[in-house]
Amino acid sequence: MEYVDSLTGFRLDGRRPNDMRQIRGEIGVVAKADGSALFEMGNTKVIAAVYGPREVQNRSQQVNNQALVRCEYSMANFSTGDRARRPKGDRRSTEISLVIRQTMEACILTHLMPRSQIDIFVQVLQADGGTRSACINAATLALADAGIPMCDIVTSCSAGYLSSTPLLDLNYIEDSAGGPDVTVGILAKMDKVTLLQMDAKLPMDIFENVMQLAIEGCKAIAQYIRGVLLENTKQLECRRGV
Amino acid sequence: MEQRLANTWRMTNNEKKFIESVLASDLRVDGRRPFDYRDLTIKFGREQGLSEVQLGQTRVMSYVTSQLVQPYRDRPNEGTLSIFTEFSPMADPSFEAGRPGEFAVELGRVIDRGLRESSAMDMESLCVVVGKSVWSIRVDLHIVDNGGNLIDAANIAALVALLTFRRPDCTLGGDDGQELIMHDAEVREPLPLIIHHLPIAVTFAVFGEGNIMVIDPTHKEEMVMGGKMTFTMNSNGDICAVQKAGGVGVMSSIIMQCLQIASAKAADITSKIKHAVEIYNTERASQKANHYLLEVANQVSLSDVIMKEKQVENLIEHLAYMPLDELENSNQGDALAVDTRTKHESISQGRYTRAFVRGPANWDPYSRGISSRLATSFPTLPGFWCVLLGPKTFLLETEETTLLHAENSLG
Repeated sequence: MEYVDSLTGFRLDGRRPNDMRQIRGEIGVVAKADGSALFEMGNTKVIAAVYGPREVQNRSQQVNNQALVRCEYSMANFSTGDRARRPKGDRRSTEISLVIRQTMEACILTHLMPRSQIDIFVQVLQADGGTRSACINAATLALADAGIPMCDIVTSCSAGYLSSTPLLDLNYIEDSAGGPDVTVGILAKMDKVTLLQMDAKLPMDIFENVMQLAIEGCKAIAQYIRGVLLENTKQLECRRGV
Repeated sequence: MEQRLANTWRMTNNEKKFIESVLASDLRVDGRRPFDYRDLTIKFGREQGLSEVQLGQTRVMSYVTSQLVQPYRDRPNEGTLSIFTEFSPMADPSFEAGRPGEFAVELGRVIDRGLRESSAMDMESLCVVVGKSVWSIRVDLHIVDNGGNLIDAANIAALVALLTFRRPDCTLGGDDGQELIMHDAEVREPLPLIIHHLPIAVTFAVFGEGNIMVIDPTHKEEMVMGGKMTFTMNSNGDICAVQKAGGVGVMSSIIMQCLQIASAKAADITSKIKHAVEIYNTERASQKANHYLLEVANQVSLSDVIMKEKQVENLIEHLAYMPLDELENSNQGDALAVDTRTKHESISQGRYTRAFVRGPANWDPYSRGISSRLATSFPTLPGFWCVLLGPKTFLLETEETTLLHAENSLG
C-alpha cells in the first residue's frame, strides 16, 4: 500500500508528511473532578480527570517524602471500529498506565505534597492512532487545571516512517501498517525527552530524523496547550472580576 | 503500584547520597566504569530450550515450549509467540505472588516488542496447516534473583532459550493427506526456530538532571536513579525497540550518544551469545554421535554377549551407587583386619564425617540393599572387582580415600 503519494507527496488523509492533525483542547469537562480536560488529535479523542492532591486511600502505599501518583488508562468499548468488550487491566493498558504515570511524575513537583495522593484517570473515547500521546496531552491539561504544581508541561506526539518518508502524527491506518512508530514526550521548556517509545526495525540515522520530527510536533503541541491554558486563566480572571 | 512501596527495601539517605555523589565523578559503587557491562554467564539445561543467564547478581531462567494451536483469524499463516514473566517473590521483597505487577508487564512487553515488531523470528515457518494449526511458542521468564537490570538479563535469557529450542518435525500424511504426523526426535531431527537477528536490550540508568548516564544499573543504582532507558538493538546497528517510560528528561543529543554505545554493546553481547550457543550445540551433537555409536555397537554384538555386557554395566552402576562404607566393610576383611585399635577408630571417625559429606547415598535403600546382597554373595569382593573391571582406578581410589581419611583423622 502506498502511504505517501509518489506524485503529490500527500498522505492518505490528505496531509503532508510534516503536517499534524487538527488538535483541540478543552478544560473543565468533568464537574466533579479537581481538574479535567478533553484532548482531540484529529479523530482521536481522549478525556482525562485528575483528583488530588488528597489523602492516601491505602495507608500502606503512603510515601513520606513525596506524593503518590496513580494513573489509570482505559479504552471505551466503543472507541474502536470493532465494538469488543475489553478486559480491564490487560497487558497493553497496564503498560500505558505505567508509562503515563511515570511521565507525569517527571513534571509534577511531588516533593511539595508529601503523604498525599494524586489520581489521574484517562479514557480513550475514540481511537484513531496516537492514543498514548493524546492521553499524555490531556493529562497535562487536566493536571494544570487541577492546580497541581509542575516544573514544566509535558507534551507528546508520535512520528513514523513509511514509504521512506518520516511522517508526523500517525493515524490508525498508518499506525497499523506495521512500520516504525516513535512516540516522544518532552518537557517543553527544558527541551528534554522524558518519554520515548519505539518499535519495529529502524537504522540509527533515520531514527534520529524521525525522533526530531516527533520532537518538533511536541513543541507545536506545547505551544497550543500553553495558549489553551492562558485563555482559561484569562476567563477565570474575568469571572472573578479582577 | 499496589503494595510495592510498602514492601520495598528502603535505602538509607546516606547511601543514596553516596551513590549519587560518587557517580558525579564517574565512579560506581561496584567498581565499574559508567559504560562497563557486568559479567555475563550463560548456562544451559539438560533439555533444549532451557537457559539460565546470570548478569552480575541478577539471575533469570527462561524456558521455551511449543504447542500446536489454531492461528489468529487475521494471521492464518503465522505462528504465535507469547512471553510470560514470573517475578518470583524469592527474588525481591517487593515482588508479590499472584498476578504480574506493572513492572513484570512492562518487562514482558519490552522483550515481546523487541522480538516481534522487528520481525526477528520467522513466524510463517511455524505454520503447519494454514488457518488450522500453527506452532505457538511460549517463552517463560523466571526472575530468580533481582540484582538490577532485569530487562537486559531476561532478554538475553529469552534469546538463548529460543536459539537452543527445537520443535518436533511434523508433516501431513495419512489416507487423505490431512492427518498430522508428529515425528519422534529419534526418527527425524527436531527443527530449530528461524531467527533472523538477535535484538539485544541495553539499559541505561539516568541520574541527576539527566546528564549522568550509566549502563547496566545494579539493584542499588536502580533505587537511586531518576529514570531509565532501554534500547533494543541488533548487531547490524538497527534499533528494534526503545523504551523510556517517563522519568528524568534527557537531551536528544545524549540519547543519540547512548544509542551509539548501545549498538557497540549489542554487537558484543550478540557474539557472546552466539559463542555460548555454538559450544552448546557442538557438545550436544557430539553427545548424540556417541550415543549413536554405542547403540550401533550393541546392535552388532551377539545376544548372549549383550547379556554379559549388561551384567558388567549393571555391576559398574552398582559400584558407582554403592556407598563407600559397603566397599570398605568388605575391604576390612583382608586389608584392614590387622589394624590396631586406634586406626580402627579413626576409620570409623572417617566414616562418620563421610556420612555428612555424602549423606544421601547412605539413605538410598535401593543401592544399600543391592550392595549388601552383592557383598554377601561375593565374599572376596575386592579381587572379584579387579577381575571384572578392566581399569582398576575405582578400586584404587577407594583404597586411597580410606588411607587418606585415616591419615586425616590421625594427624
